[in-house]
Formats: sequence, structure tokens, C-alpha cells
Amino acid sequence: MMKQVKCECGHVNPHGTVLCESCGRVLVEEEKSKKLVDMRYEGSARRSQTYNKTIIDKIWNFFSSVKVGVTLIIITLAASAIGTIFPQEMYIPPTENASVYYEDQYGFAGEVYYTLGFHNLYSSWWYLLLIASIGVSLVICSLDRVVPLYRALKKQRVDRHEGFLKRQRLYRATTLASIEEDSFENIKVKLKEKRYNIREENGSILAEKNRFSRWGPYINHIGLIIFLIGGMLRFVPGMYVDELLWIREGETVVIPETKGEYYLENHEFILETYEKEKENEAFTTAIENNGTVAKNFQTNVSLYKESGETIAGQEPELEKVEDYELRVNEPLKFEQFALYQQSYKLGEISEMSFALTNKETNEEFGQMTIDLHNPQDEYTFENGYSVELMSYFPDFEFDENSEPVTKSRVPNNPAFIFKMFSPEHPDGEVSFVAIQQTIEPYGDNDLKMAFKGVDTQNVSALTVRKDLTLPILAIGGLIFMIGVVQGAYWNHRRIWIRRLGDQVLVAGHTNKNWHGLKREITHVFDGSGIQEPIDQSDEITNKKGKEE
Amino acid sequence: MKKRRLVMRTAILVILFAAVAYTLYANFNKDNVHKVQIGKEAPDFVLVDMDGKEHQLSDYKGQGVFLNFWGTWCKPCEKEMPFINNQYEQFKDQGVQTIAVNISESNLAVNKFIERHGMNFPVVIDKNEDVKAAYGIGPLPATFLINPEGEVVKYHTGTLTEPMVKDFMTQIKP
Repeated sequence: MMKQVKCECGHVNPHGTVLCESCGRVLVEEEKSKKLVDMRYEGSARRSQTYNKTIIDKIWNFFSSVKVGVTLIIITLAASAIGTIFPQEMYIPPTENASVYYEDQYGFAGEVYYTLGFHNLYSSWWYLLLIASIGVSLVICSLDRVVPLYRALKKQRVDRHEGFLKRQRLYRATTLASIEEDSFENIKVKLKEKRYNIREENGSILAEKNRFSRWGPYINHIGLIIFLIGGMLRFVPGMYVDELLWIREGETVVIPETKGEYYLENHEFILETYEKEKENEAFTTAIENNGTVAKNFQTNVSLYKESGETIAGQEPELEKVEDYELRVNEPLKFEQFALYQQSYKLGEISEMSFALTNKETNEEFGQMTIDLHNPQDEYTFENGYSVELMSYFPDFEFDENSEPVTKSRVPNNPAFIFKMFSPEHPDGEVSFVAIQQTIEPYGDNDLKMAFKGVDTQNVSALTVRKDLTLPILAIGGLIFMIGVVQGAYWNHRRIWIRRLGDQVLVAGHTNKNWHGLKREITHVFDGSGIQEPIDQSDEITNKKGKEE
Repeated sequence: MKKRRLVMRTAILVILFAAVAYTLYANFNKDNVHKVQIGKEAPDFVLVDMDGKEHQLSDYKGQGVFLNFWGTWCKPCEKEMPFINNQYEQFKDQGVQTIAVNISESNLAVNKFIERHGMNFPVVIDKNEDVKAAYGIGPLPATFLINPEGEVVKYHTGTLTEPMVKDFMTQIKP
């Protein structure tokens, strides 16, 4: 059986109790020598501090310690701060390699930063473990304190022990020849005026108000825990989506994470800037000074829903849901998704035009336009002239062997190998053509592909966002704030009045704002003949002052 | 009393640590959470190859399918193509089908690539990137192994060596 502490008053307290839950008697020897009692948690037994036998108890006690909790929070704060010194990996240019980027940009510090893993801090295992430990610490700290505190406040007796009252910060004993019932009644009326709840037993009074403010920190912790759970739910598939969708003008693509249900067509991307002529004259100077100032980023889109049951790869049957002008801060919302204007790329080459030309005479034998997203194999002209597209490199570069290759499928830097057929050269002449560059690998050609022009299109980048955890975060935040308000704007105040022989003992306690309690006490005891309690902590500090 | 306390504490700690463990697990796997899970049925698709022949995955039930996602611009893809081609020749009569899915490039680029590397197996182009989305393909190349029952057996990203291709195809032989 666990050890229990039986108080002289007969109440049985859990092991480790400092002040009897019922009468307030000091149960621990070393506390008895002190002038004032420590009223934190009402001197109740924080259970964690007492049992330390099994491994479960040890883990529990570790997390129950406020010191541990605060340490965890400080470490997390420090780590979070360090994480902001250089950009996180997701924010460095996507084409850069993180392993070299940090060193290149920030030198030795950058290298250290990368090596220690701070470039990906907020999803690193140890950072998550820190956050999780704070969560665990919150739960266990709260449970370990709220239960005994609740017990102690529920079981408290009206006529608390003399030793308890004497050791309160506000205390005074008044010796009276006779006690007038009138003045007691008067005190009770005044207490009620101040909205105290009054309990009476054996002529003693316990006046108490705003006990609920003691629960503030715990409500606050519940809110925090709900908030953390919300954060955790982001990792549950389907709860949180944050994807980037690049879409060219004229393209219709499936919207990611919608299970192939929704498609989006980009009609046009518009970038507007402020123009002097069109704006109010007041802005003329500002526009002149700043050059181009963006006014609007807009993508005109159509949203489609797939109506048929098609399998991937099949031409989808699309039903238009709506047309929308998508601007910054004006997302297109459908179901639980929202599409935000995120980025853009202007003037991506979409078509290139060439003319098959005689190098000497500049005579043209025909013009062709190559759709860079879908080039033809062959372009035929009149009179036996034609051009075969032998190779196409949308994003051309020479590799280490000086072979032409393409870096990606995006036409950033298109290059072609043409075979030009003419009546004079029925076997064809080969020409390699890139932007501002022509190579004739098999010697001098008679014909050339003369560049005629390009057609460009804009590409818009949209963020596809879905976040089902927001309501949970909002509720968590609200509960958090309720807890803060509850604990901050109300104070738990108690006044004890006990008659002991020809003495009246008065003591007062509050968890904060002692000044407020003193003012109330002054009001209550004014004219009652009972001397109002004095602040014993002042006395102690004064004494100390003198001694020094 | 004491026993109850121990049970309570154990229960609370178990719940808390389970939540933490799940979060960590989910976080580590968030980059490799595939639309397609190992052991689950592979999403059906239908795409047309360069010869105009339609390939529907579900038509290949009873055969293993070596499903490779690639791009002409992707060096590692280029490197593994000859290996896949060699092994395709070995396994095509043993009930292992090979399908190479190009992600949304032009017919020209794909055809020239096939010519250059002498690829004999069916190559399809995922024009709408539907299949890419259905399989949750990230970096290329990516290879799925689908057994004769139509279930995904393995997912692999990165270049394959010839022994790996051989081993993979052996795994899905009916």
C-alpha cells in the first residue's frame, strides 16, 4: 500500500503533501520553520515527485518537470532561430544543388549550416522530436498538477489550521474583548458586495472568488495540444496539399491531388504594370522613379470536372465548372481546394519559324513554323524542296563529349538538326541550328534555314492548396486564448477569518495582484474593529534590509 | 491505487508516444508516399504506343509488367534503355511485358530517341500527364514492377543496371 499522510485533523492526504488538503496544517518538517508557506499548487503532492520506481514512473517524472519543459522550449526556440539564418532548402533556386549552394553563397558558415542539416530544419527528425517532446511535456506537466490542485481546492476546509493562516503572506491576529456579531454580519455583506462566495463553519469564514482562473493555464495547454494535433494531422495523407502547378497558355492539365477529377485550362496569363498615362497624376513621379511596378498578376482559367469514368491516359470527358480570373489573393476555390496565383514565366518560346533559303542568292523556297511542343517530322514545300527534322533538342546544350543533348523537355533553348532536300541535293544537306548558331557538320551547304521569328507564350504557376487542419488550428488557438484570458484577467482570491478564543485570525491569499486583494480587504474590514492583515513579505524584506 | 496509477501512466505514455511515432514516420515517408502502394493493385491506364497500338494495363493480367517512366532528356534513363531492351528480348516470351512511359514529350523527340537506341519494346507517351499523376511519379527514371495479379511488387527510382533489370523481370515472371 502506498504511504499516506494522516493529518491531525483526521484527513488522509496523498504521500508527498506539504499542506493538508483539508485544514492546511503544515505536514513537512522543514516547511514548519519557514515564516510563509509556499502556496504553489496549494502545497499538494505533485505525484511525479514522489514515486520513482518503475521505468514508466521515471519517464513520467522526466516529462513532468517544468525545468525539463522550459529547457525543451529554449532549445526549440534556439534551433528555430538558427533555421532562419539562411534560407531553407525549399526556398533556394530549384535548379541549385543544396550541397554546393550553401557553401557557394555563404562560405564556411553555409557549409556548416548544410552539414548540420539546418537547411532542412523544420522537418528534420530531431526538430520534430523536440516539438513532440514539448507536447508530451505539456500533457504530463498539466495532468500532474491539475489533478492534485483540483483535489486540494475541492477539499479545503473553512476553518484552516492556525499554522496555515499564520504562514500566509497577508495575516494578522486581533485580540478582542468581545466579538460583536454585527460587525461579522457587516463583513459578510461587504464580502458579498465584492462578489465573494462565502462558506461558514464553526463561526469561521472562507470567502473565495474566481477559482476558475486557476484553470486558465491548463485550458491554455489543452488549446496548445489541440494546435499540435492539428500540426500533426498535416502529415496524414489527404489532410494537407501544397503543390505547384505550371501551366502554359492554351494548355489543359489535370490538377494534382484531385485524383484526376479536375482539370484546368489556362487561357491567358496577364501581367499588368502601372502606366503613367493611365493612373492618377499624383502617382506620375512615383512611377517614373520606380520604373516598372507590377499592378496585376492574373491567369484566366477554366475549371473542368471529369464527368465520365475514364481511366488514366484516356481522353477525359470534361464538363466545364466555371471560368475564373485568378489573381493574387483571389484564389479559385472548388471543393476543399484553392488555386492561388504563385509565379509566372513570360515569353517561353512556343513556335519558331524558318525559311529554307539559298545562301548565295537569298532566294526562299518555303517557310515553316515548328511547334516546339509538337514538331513535325518533315516539312514539305513546292518544287521538290523539303526539310526533315532529324533531331530536336528543346533545352539544348553540349554534353561532356560535345554531343548535343537536351537538359529538359521545356523549350528554353531549342536546337534542331535539319536535313534540307532540294532538286540539287536529293540526299539532303545537314545543318545544325540553335539560337544564333549554325553548324554545318559535313562541309559547306548551298541551303540554309534562315531564322524568321518566334512566337512566345506565358506560363503561369499556381499553388494547389488544401488544408483540412485549419479549423483544428483555429479551435486550438481559440481555446489557447480563452485559457490566457481566464488566467490573466481574473485572480483567485481567498480571505480566511477564524475565531480562536478571544482572537480573530485573518489571512488572505491570491495567485496574483496582491494590491487588488489588499484594497478589497481594507474595504471589507473598514470599521469592523478587526485589524486588517498586514503583508508579512514586506516585513521579511524590511527586516532583511535592516540586517544588511 | 498504485497499480491503477501505473496503468494510467502507461496508457497515457503509450498514446503520446504512438502519436509522436506516427508523426515522425509520416514525415519521413512524406516524400516517398506513393499514390501506388506496394502490394496494392496498380492503377489502370490506357496509352497508345508509337506504332498506334493501344496498351491497357489491365489487359496484361496474367503477365508481369515492367513499367518504366522516362524522358529523352534524362541521362540515367538513356543509360538504362539498352539494358531494358536486352532483357525485354529475353523475357518477352516468358510472360513479362515491358512498357516505357514517356512523360509528355513530342512524338518527334520520342521517335528519334527510339531510333537512336534501337528500342524494340512498346513506348507510350503520357501526353496529359495523367498516368504520371496516378502513379505519383517524381524524379525520373522510375520503375514499377507489377506482378501477374496486377499488384505492385516494387518501386524503384534511379538508374538500373542490367543485372537489376534482369532480377526485376525475374521477380514478376508468372
